[in-house]
Amino acid sequence: MREKIEVNIKVPNQTRYLGLIGKIGEDVARALRKYKGDREELAYHINLVLTEAMANAIRHANEGDPEKEVHITITIMGRSLNIKVYDQGQGFDICSLPSPDFKNLDEHGRGVYIIRSLMDQVTYRKVKRGGHVLEMIKTLQ
Amino acid sequence: MIVRIEEKGAVVLIEVKEERLDAHNSGEFKGQMLNLFEEGKNDLVVDLQEVRFVDSSGLGALVSGFKNASARNGNLKLCGLQPQVKSMFELTRLHRVFEIFPGAQEALASF
Repeated sequence: MREKIEVNIKVPNQTRYLGLIGKIGEDVARALRKYKGDREELAYHINLVLTEAMANAIRHANEGDPEKEVHITITIMGRSLNIKVYDQGQGFDICSLPSPDFKNLDEHGRGVYIIRSLMDQVTYRKVKRGGHVLEMIKTLQ
Repeated sequence: MIVRIEEKGAVVLIEVKEERLDAHNSGEFKGQMLNLFEEGKNDLVVDLQEVRFVDSSGLGALVSGFKNASARNGNLKLCGLQPQVKSMFELTRLHRVFEIFPGAQEALASF
């Protein structure tokens, strides 16, 4: 039987919840039944992409408004890992951002590069009921 | 944001006492380093021994500290990186920028 896990969470638009969501992502990695790779590395990577995507949603898309919400879904279906982070903003197309310039020591601009490096497919699109969703997909070993 | 700041001769050792250095606390961490620069303390060692998780904002705060130290003819060196944290520096190629030591003693002795 194919393993199916679905986690669906909503938190206020505040960075203090980054640790909570990251921890949940790590626990999902540790709970997988058949994963053959390095579990602790996968746990760190899920924590990381969730943290990066949420921080972008909170600061850029939702413009730091504490009244707004961030909605996260983590779905495991067999070997497919799918993470969606929904914002309630006007859109901040992280997919159009260039890769960081490694020669210039810039303080910002590494978050999207990290997400793209660790996940197989990354898309950002409008949602009918308002806001946008950042979808990140990876095939697990 | 909990850090332990200790003067070791001319060098300041900053031990980060947090499990995560991320978008939630990296701004405060940057501020704590700026306070040291304003006091004329430009040679820093940041000990990340207790830090299990760093995101791009945490890396950004360290880059900011490194640039500030360099601009003042000082240096910011790192030590105590856990393996997953170290892999973040490799992924973003920042391991070529920072001097990274296994422990605080080695880092302090390198000044």
